[in-house]
Amino acid sequence: MEKRIELTKEQLLDMLSKMRTIRAFEEKADQLFALGKVHGTMHLSIGMEATAVGAIAALRPDDYITSTHRGHGHCIAKGGDVKLMMAEFLGKETGYCRGRGGSMHIADVESGNLGATGVVGGGIPTAVGAALSVALRKTGQVVLCFFGDGAANMGIFHESLNLAAIWKLPVVFVCENNQYAMSMPVARAFPIENIAERAAAYAMPGKVVDGNDVLAVYAAVVEAVDRARHGQGPSLVECKTYRWKGHSKSDQERYRTREEVAAWKKRDPIARLEAYLIEQGVLTTEEAQRIANEAQQLIEDAVAFAESSPEPRVEEIHEGVYA
Amino acid sequence: MREITYAEAIREALRQEMQRDPNVFLMGEDIGIYGGAFGVTLGLLEEFGPERVRDTPISEGVIAGAAAGAALTGMRPVAEIMFMDFTTLAMEQLVNQAAKTRYMFGGKAKVPMVLRTPAGSGTGAAAQHSQSLEAWFVHVPGLKVVMPSTPYDAKGLLISSIRDANPVILVEEKLLYRMKGPVPEEPYTVPLSVAEVKREGRDITIVATGVMVMRSLAAAEKLALEGIEVEVVDPRTLKPYDAETITKSVIKTGRVLIVHEAYKTCGFGAEISAMISEGPAFMYLNAPIRRLAGLDIPIPYNRNLEYHTVPQVENIIAAARELMAYK
Ligand SMILES: Cc1ncc(C[n+]2csc(CCOP(=O)(O)OP(=O)(O)O)c2C)c(N)n1
Repeated sequence: MEKRIELTKEQLLDMLSKMRTIRAFEEKADQLFALGKVHGTMHLSIGMEATAVGAIAALRPDDYITSTHRGHGHCIAKGGDVKLMMAEFLGKETGYCRGRGGSMHIADVESGNLGATGVVGGGIPTAVGAALSVALRKTGQVVLCFFGDGAANMGIFHESLNLAAIWKLPVVFVCENNQYAMSMPVARAFPIENIAERAAAYAMPGKVVDGNDVLAVYAAVVEAVDRARHGQGPSLVECKTYRWKGHSKSDQERYRTREEVAAWKKRDPIARLEAYLIEQGVLTTEEAQRIANEAQQLIEDAVAFAESSPEPRVEEIHEGVYA
Repeated sequence: MREITYAEAIREALRQEMQRDPNVFLMGEDIGIYGGAFGVTLGLLEEFGPERVRDTPISEGVIAGAAAGAALTGMRPVAEIMFMDFTTLAMEQLVNQAAKTRYMFGGKAKVPMVLRTPAGSGTGAAAQHSQSLEAWFVHVPGLKVVMPSTPYDAKGLLISSIRDANPVILVEEKLLYRMKGPVPEEPYTVPLSVAEVKREGRDITIVATGVMVMRSLAAAEKLALEGIEVEVVDPRTLKPYDAETITKSVIKTGRVLIVHEAYKTCGFGAEISAMISEGPAFMYLNAPIRRLAGLDIPIPYNRNLEYHTVPQVENIIAAARELMAYK
């Protein structure tokens, strides 16, 4: 791992801390599911923390993101409150969506997170629309759009990139290529090696980065954000990464081998950042442990908050359909 | 008779039709080694190979459109859309292409395709993975809409759908996939557009679709203890539907309750209600026609809210009692 862009110690430790928080949140989510406390399913991004944190670190706080069904990491990286996330996860009235949305639909419009969608590719045109709004309102904001490799085969992906390109909108398309769309490996779903090559069809820069290297993701997205912010239009950044867990809770993982998963686990983005920071003298082992403990504590507190929160009231079931 | 699940019954229909007719093939997301999101196609890849069990990228539009194109040129594709919610992405191909081709071409072409898709709530999957959108398709001429409520019907209706010369949408119920019931081992057909009286009764006709058939039967058992005899009619095919069987039942009982999970406004129940009030059964009614349906809200995530969004057995019992109060 090389340090490509000067970052302060504070920024580096914040990245590590966010990645730890994402990991802790999702490991807890997994446990709560095993305990039967969660209705429905969930999509964990364990192993992919560097894409969410690296990309979002390149943004200003007032910039927007759109997220996906695998969106816990995006929400935390954007500054979401894990208490409200956990409450949503448990379907409580105090959750981000008052228990109506659940794991797959967490949104925090106040922090610029325009939300997660359960429909693959569904958020891509939303990002284009937000970028259009930014351009019309001349606010100088940038929109960062997350989606998976699977989404890059939806028609709406192509329609969205084209529109963003011809109108030179300030949007950065970040493809989290975790190698599979459920059971479909990228090698069978694409006739090309890199999804980023598709940028050429829309005359925008396309870049491939190691998605398990948070600093590499950061550097690539900084460049794309910079272009977007200066009126030079959209970019496509493909982050090659891997999801450690099954697609969702119904996945038997018949489509991949334990060896493959084990090989990717050796490339753990969190362990990598820690090792790098220690080597650079930015972090001590004790500090690393403290950061991990703090993340764990945040999540314990979030669970306590969520569990003691009230359920939504059936009498209010019709609320919120119309404004 | 041996008992198998609704999911197994569908798989058996697919397997037997693929064995019988080399033109039948399957395509959809994760239907191969994964076996489909609900395991319906498990094992078929091993048995028939990747030529006939085709995993596709996440591309609902082209799944539906390519199925129509293959059907137009001599094949019998069975396409899967992983959740009914994502038929929204295939709408153009289904509504403007598949449904209209035969008529537009003066009857000189056929589109013998089947689109299978799971519907319904109750799994905590929230608003974008829980919808029952069958009414949309019922509204479009040229599509057949089939909704089996038992393993027996699932197998027989799917075989009929595959052999039918038209585009057919088979709406499968997520909550029924694991339900077991008697299913003959050999291939058989359940005719399309024929309703079935699932339970006979003299006091009220309940017209129910999909998972609501089971809930209505459960309600009927309880109501029988109070001396209320419910007749449960399952249309099984929603388009073109069997008005005659429904009409006959309503003439017999004089009271009708229509139960479905999909939104009430402009739902299938509205059509059945209108059909009854326009037809010969109207004169025999002893009470207003009553509909029980999903609330007009997106399906909420919270378990309790979700439960209260769609009709449950106790709601059906209460509605039936209210209807009996009319003298
Ligand atoms: C339009 C649509 N089709 C199918 C699905 C079912 N589904 C949910 S996630 C998923 C795979 C998505 O793969 P990718 O975009 O690579 O994201 P990842 O899950 O790998 O993060 C599928 C097929 C869906 N949610 N939406």
